[in-house]
Amino acid sequence: MRKDYKLEKRKYVVASFIILISIIYIVRLYALQLDDDKYKDSADNNAFLKKTVYPSRGLIYDRNGELIVYNQPAYDVMMIPRDVQPFDTLDFCNTLNITREQFDKRLVDMRKSTGYSTYTPQTFITQLSAQDYGRLQEKLYRFPGFFIQKRILRQYNHKSAANVLGNIREVNPNDIKRDPYYERGDYCGDLGVEKSYDHHLRGFKGKEILIRDAHGRIQGRYRDGEEDIPGIAGRNLKLSLDINLQQYAESLMVNKIGAVVAIEPSTGEILCMVSSPTYDPTILIGRQRGENYAKLNNDKYKPLFDRALMAAYPPGSTFKPTQGLILLQEGIINLQTTYPCYHGYINGGLKVGCHGHPSPLPLKPALQTSCNGYFCWGLKNMLDNRRSKYGSVANAFETWKKHLVSMGYGYKLGVDLPSESRGFIPNAQFYNKIYGENHWSANTIISIAIGQGEILATPLQIANLCATVANRGWFITPHVVKEIQDTVLESQYLEKRFPTIDREHYESVAEGMRMAVTGGTCRLAALPDIEVCGKTGTAQNPHGKDHSAFIGFAPYHDPQIAICVYVENAGFGATYGVPIGSLVMEKYLKGQISPQRKYLEDRMLTSNTIISSGVKKH
Amino acid sequence: MESRSTDRTSIFRSVDWVVILLYLLLVIGGAISIYAASYDFDNANIFSFDEFSGKQIRWIGFSFVLGFVLLLIDKRMYETYAYPIYFAVVVLLMVTIAIAPNIKGSHSWLVMGSMSLQPAEFGKFATALALAKLFSGYNFSLNSKKTNYIKAIAIIGLPIVLILAQNETGSALVYLSLMFVLYREGMSGLVLFAFVFAIVIFVVTVKYTTSAVLGLPTGEFVVFLLIDLAMVAIAAFFSKSFFAARVLSLWFILAGIVITALAEIVGIELPGFATMAGVTAVAMLYCVYEIIKSHCPRLIMPIIVAGASMAFMLSVNYVFNKALQPHQQTRIKVSLGIEDDPLKAGYNVNQAKIAIGSGGLSGKGFLNGTQTKLKYVPEQHTDFIFCTIGEEEGFIGSTITIILFLILILRVLAIAERQPTPFGRVYSYCVASYLIFHLCINIGMVIGLCPVIGIPLPFFSYGGSSLWGFTVLLFIMLRIDASRKEFRNY
Repeated sequence: MRKDYKLEKRKYVVASFIILISIIYIVRLYALQLDDDKYKDSADNNAFLKKTVYPSRGLIYDRNGELIVYNQPAYDVMMIPRDVQPFDTLDFCNTLNITREQFDKRLVDMRKSTGYSTYTPQTFITQLSAQDYGRLQEKLYRFPGFFIQKRILRQYNHKSAANVLGNIREVNPNDIKRDPYYERGDYCGDLGVEKSYDHHLRGFKGKEILIRDAHGRIQGRYRDGEEDIPGIAGRNLKLSLDINLQQYAESLMVNKIGAVVAIEPSTGEILCMVSSPTYDPTILIGRQRGENYAKLNNDKYKPLFDRALMAAYPPGSTFKPTQGLILLQEGIINLQTTYPCYHGYINGGLKVGCHGHPSPLPLKPALQTSCNGYFCWGLKNMLDNRRSKYGSVANAFETWKKHLVSMGYGYKLGVDLPSESRGFIPNAQFYNKIYGENHWSANTIISIAIGQGEILATPLQIANLCATVANRGWFITPHVVKEIQDTVLESQYLEKRFPTIDREHYESVAEGMRMAVTGGTCRLAALPDIEVCGKTGTAQNPHGKDHSAFIGFAPYHDPQIAICVYVENAGFGATYGVPIGSLVMEKYLKGQISPQRKYLEDRMLTSNTIISSGVKKH
Repeated sequence: MESRSTDRTSIFRSVDWVVILLYLLLVIGGAISIYAASYDFDNANIFSFDEFSGKQIRWIGFSFVLGFVLLLIDKRMYETYAYPIYFAVVVLLMVTIAIAPNIKGSHSWLVMGSMSLQPAEFGKFATALALAKLFSGYNFSLNSKKTNYIKAIAIIGLPIVLILAQNETGSALVYLSLMFVLYREGMSGLVLFAFVFAIVIFVVTVKYTTSAVLGLPTGEFVVFLLIDLAMVAIAAFFSKSFFAARVLSLWFILAGIVITALAEIVGIELPGFATMAGVTAVAMLYCVYEIIKSHCPRLIMPIIVAGASMAFMLSVNYVFNKALQPHQQTRIKVSLGIEDDPLKAGYNVNQAKIAIGSGGLSGKGFLNGTQTKLKYVPEQHTDFIFCTIGEEEGFIGSTITIILFLILILRVLAIAERQPTPFGRVYSYCVASYLIFHLCINIGMVIGLCPVIGIPLPFFSYGGSSLWGFTVLLFIMLRIDASRKEFRNY
């Protein structure tokens, strides 16, 4: 057989062809398998359904162990768009009690939201009612691609303390950016301790990895759950708040604008913290949250604004104890020093009015009668004495300011709640800027001596001053959380802070405040069997009628409670501040209101300063 | 008795053990892959063979017996009964069209009780035998008579028509691979070249339509360049006119420079199609001139190729949009990467790519593939079996598989070339051609380089018919090859 050698060479063409194809395929495999990770991700997304296991959020108790905030399950309808197959839309809408339009709108909204992916679970409808959940659960098999995600909502045993408790809401893109723990659809604390203790309350989310086949059916757990991460429940909180006292104080503040802060002086624990008007925390649960939140936000009385720690008010006469303390500490006065007051402070063509009382008078009676003249003279002597140790008005003023800052004014106290305001204590530079250097003196700024003018303080700062006086010279940063489950409080809520004033001066101021109750401006605060100390405040303000303020503590020698009441545009301190403050103290110390003071309680419960103030607020 | 036994031992001594070893490796690899592909997470018991792998193992057992028996049959039997076998299978294919039930639109399965058989798989070895028989005729040469081409094409065409009638386009296309055999036996390389060139023009024209060069779709521009290149190549290698090739290349380079200079420096945008067609037309006219002047009639080839290619290119878009059915268009577009349709037409390919791509270097490990276990890849134990290898054995496993096939094909080619008779050579070339086609198309579609054409991966894909078909094909070749030395004794 003759061989055709020319044709035999064609075997090389055939061989080259298949070798070339093999090389191309191997290169392609290289590109698919080694050069690109996206296929691996796709395979994981295909096969593993990562379900978040939401841990139960920490419970919140009051100081007596009464449960205030607890969890209730809620059910979200989730969908994985890629897995959704044609289904009976009408049936679906009827089951969920929504209209076809809502359904379509929800789909459009979902697609527009950031982080939308057809591969990952998307929240379709949040927080189903129990009935809707039951109905849907039965029919769920008819709607491939949809599943129900259980999550935790809050529920409240009392309709009070909304400002302290806060609430929870779905995280927004900023939250996710700020804290990588969060994922779309998570809930985080908003306002109150829910926000400031969110880290403790939220616990740790778990992950359940399920294996899912091409039809979206769950085939089991990945590696029998070996890779699952169990959720860890959040820590419970025990608040320092006495929920009954809080409720009582809130009821006294009904139809009034302002705040009540009560502190246990020996611990810095806040016993009640009322911001009025307040709101029912239960309205911010569930699906109606958005709507109600907007309503609260637009309310002209600003119920979401926690006046107890966010509002900066002129402290008025409640500021006078600080003045006495500074003057004593600086040696400007002693307990015998008297200043004249003939219906006011009159100097250099300036008059700060006062009311009738004996004159001249020393410090304690000045506190007792809330004498404006005394403290104006004191400030003048401190600032304007050219031969003094300070050398200049500005230096003297800075010393004055330093003492106030040490008492907790002018800066955030550091309460364990979000959005605390720092109030305002001016420094010398501030006045230099307004009046020019060396162009101001005590008379220029004299109203700060009586807590007016530029001075601003939060009710919390004012209450803290009262607690410091009650302690005779120290305080612990006020806080609302008493205990955190399985951990300790931050050290700042356990350590004493000492203002730059000696203890004996506090003793004198406390005595002055005692005298104010026994025979001064706040006689209404006197309680049977309890020695109450107090100081009224009547703060002028540009909004209208004076603010009515009161600070007080009791008992005189073993203080259990220190309080600050501030009622906006309610008139004299004695008309609203004193009754409310003394009732709250009585309630806390005695557990009930004595019969002879019932009339006061009734008056406070029924009075309405919002209409009587005649002020168009904010 | 005595002589038969020596005959038998000599067969087992002279049989090509390399091919048998490769065959065993591939079949066992296939069995393991099918076991992995149909493994169920719920019934995680390694000894519980389910329907698929259990059946496949029985079929493998049977194919070993089949192979052994085939080796025992005298080589001359195959030569003698080549045509009867061929006609028997042709009749079987016809009967199948008539009586086969409709399974997913295909009428290719003969159902006998619990067994079903796909006769198309046995058409392969029958056609190979018939073709080999044709070429082993005394002094037969493809180019000696025009009717020889017709005979060869008739033998190949008959099963194609019958299988197309069964609506098994993929299996029918397999027979086109026998073009390699005709090429080896003397068919002009131009036919093979034209075939490949047509595919290239088709792909380039259809794929690159979005961008433009000289106001011409990039695809068409590139096709013009390819046509010009082909003219030079054909002038040089097929027409042996190196002078003409040099003149042509000089002309194209010059034209290229002038066009580029006009566009880039002067800023004149020439009409793209007219310019490119003009340049090519001038080259064609030059060939005509050379034919007349130098009496070099073979220069007619560049003219024919260029003219036919341009006509083909112009008709491609029309044919593609008008002649092909929408699902065929989509399949082609998906495999060319023009359209991404991961949920519909592209679903299989996309999931297959995910399966393979997620395997990484060494794979997820035996039985650990999630894509295949969770049934994301359709047909994963039949046509898409390569996914399981890619996912569980990774780049290493899939490369080894391709290399094993490559070695087998090259070995078959080597066996073909050592045959003393055209019968053995043509038959072996048929075997090699089938394997090449199956390998290229099956793996190509799984890794997204070819359109999806449903044909199995030899030895790997689940199914008795395919396995037996290839076993018969291979062992007849081995038997023919084993007696190559006997030839001298005659």
